Amino acid sequence: MSIRDIVLKEIRAVAAEQDKTLPALTDDLQLLESGLDSLCFAILVSRLEDATGSDPFVSAKASEFPRTVGDLIAFYEHVDA
Amino acid sequence: MSTPDALTLANLIERSGGAGRAVSTRDHCVPLGSFASLSVFGAERERFADRSVALYVGDMAKAAAALIDLDGLARRILLCPPGWDAAKLRSAAAQAECDALAFDEASAAPTLGVDVRLPVRLPLDPREAFKQTPIETEWILPTSGTSGPPKLAVHTLGALVGAIGEQPLQQWATFYDIRRYGGLQIFLRALSGQGSLHLSAVDEAIESFLDRLGASGVTHISGTPTHWRKALMAGAASRISPAYVRLSGEIADDAVLEGLAAAFPNARVEHAYASTEAGVAFAVDDGRAGFPADFLNREGAVQMKLVEGTLRLRSPRRALRLLGADAPALVDAEGFVDTGDVIEIRGDRCLFMGRRGGVINVGGAKVHPEEVEAVLNSLPCVRASRVFGKANPITGALVAADIVLNEPTAPREGLEREIIALARKQLPAHMAPARIRFVADLPMTDAGKLSRHG
Repeated sequence: MSIRDIVLKEIRAVAAEQDKTLPALTDDLQLLESGLDSLCFAILVSRLEDATGSDPFVSAKASEFPRTVGDLIAFYEHVDA
Repeated sequence: MSTPDALTLANLIERSGGAGRAVSTRDHCVPLGSFASLSVFGAERERFADRSVALYVGDMAKAAAALIDLDGLARRILLCPPGWDAAKLRSAAAQAECDALAFDEASAAPTLGVDVRLPVRLPLDPREAFKQTPIETEWILPTSGTSGPPKLAVHTLGALVGAIGEQPLQQWATFYDIRRYGGLQIFLRALSGQGSLHLSAVDEAIESFLDRLGASGVTHISGTPTHWRKALMAGAASRISPAYVRLSGEIADDAVLEGLAAAFPNARVEHAYASTEAGVAFAVDDGRAGFPADFLNREGAVQMKLVEGTLRLRSPRRALRLLGADAPALVDAEGFVDTGDVIEIRGDRCLFMGRRGGVINVGGAKVHPEEVEAVLNSLPCVRASRVFGKANPITGALVAADIVLNEPTAPREGLEREIIALARKQLPAHMAPARIRFVADLPMTDAGKLSRHG
């Protein structure tokens, strides 16, 4: 499974668990408009760490945090693991 | 402190009567009726007179016998709990100004600069009659706090037995170590009654211990909720048939109370609240977690109040003081001990939410691990759980849980999500575990409590 597929799958899983309704997950969808709250993102990051073996948030500055779904996928694709 | 009527363990045993009584482990049996002429120290017993004695032994029957020998004779007894290494012993012995050591000849004698060192030997050996009037010995009990070095609480036997009424013929056992406050209470109950006390041996499997208790006809058994969850997993329902089941030392949630009621339909199940510093406060046997809210602010020997949501107790059974020049004050200006246990009032009930220092901060919202554990433990597939904070770059922390499943449930695909979904129905989103691990067992501290570090 590609990183893209993993990220999209986990976003859908967390949204379902937390009773959030997602719009279509396009690359330019703003994360803040995705319907996920900060707890959802926290859980997502934690799950993705297990699924991908890395947590790019640890080494990133807040200004570099992803803003769109596409940024988020790229964030995990470009980790030097 | 020498008074002609100082209460001693020897008085307690003599006063309560009863024949053929003993304190026993798998390996040793100490007859309680023989201490007038016999001693674990034999003819050398009197060398401990007026000393401050560090009691550092493995086997609990030896510890029990040495306590009976030393109480009324020694100035102080430092009750070293099991699992203490030599460094902890030295540090506490210095605080307690120990000038004597009673050690277990079965293990290497620790190095400790003291004037008198004697091994604790079983079976008992003859001793001389001792002329000196019994003195009021100070009992030094290390607290079982999980952070930092233990505090040393000073007790007297009179305060320690303060919550113990008349004890009829009861055959006692405890999963606790008798050098911890909860276990010591059971040791003292057994000595105040007319029956015997059965204790576990070092490294004894819980199944073997339970079978021994079943075969001995034990009627009264105490332990922490963690002990009892383990016992239930080990098939306690078919191995023992107690008339009385006692829980203390941790929060007794509805799940463990219901589990015990189901396993022992004929037993009275009671949960007690006590701490090394504050003593025994109360016991509740109505089968529900927590305690009636009208216990707060009522008159009586033990007074309870909430300060900023935390339980404070004023009790004649509390420790006298904490040892050490830099020890914190034991009580506030009005004589109350701050227990550090957070309480929430729900309807007519006070519920324990957890330790003040143990909260997980999820994006600014506070979560007590114990409150989440109570919900997880109530799920049919869960036997025990441990909830902890997992660092998270978004919210600072997330709630995570280690779970021991009920047999014969095996971790299966999708079970983690199912449990999370079930927890979400009963808990706000930030309190439900975000991550679950299935484990075979949960770490327990030497004090029999769920280990929160590990």
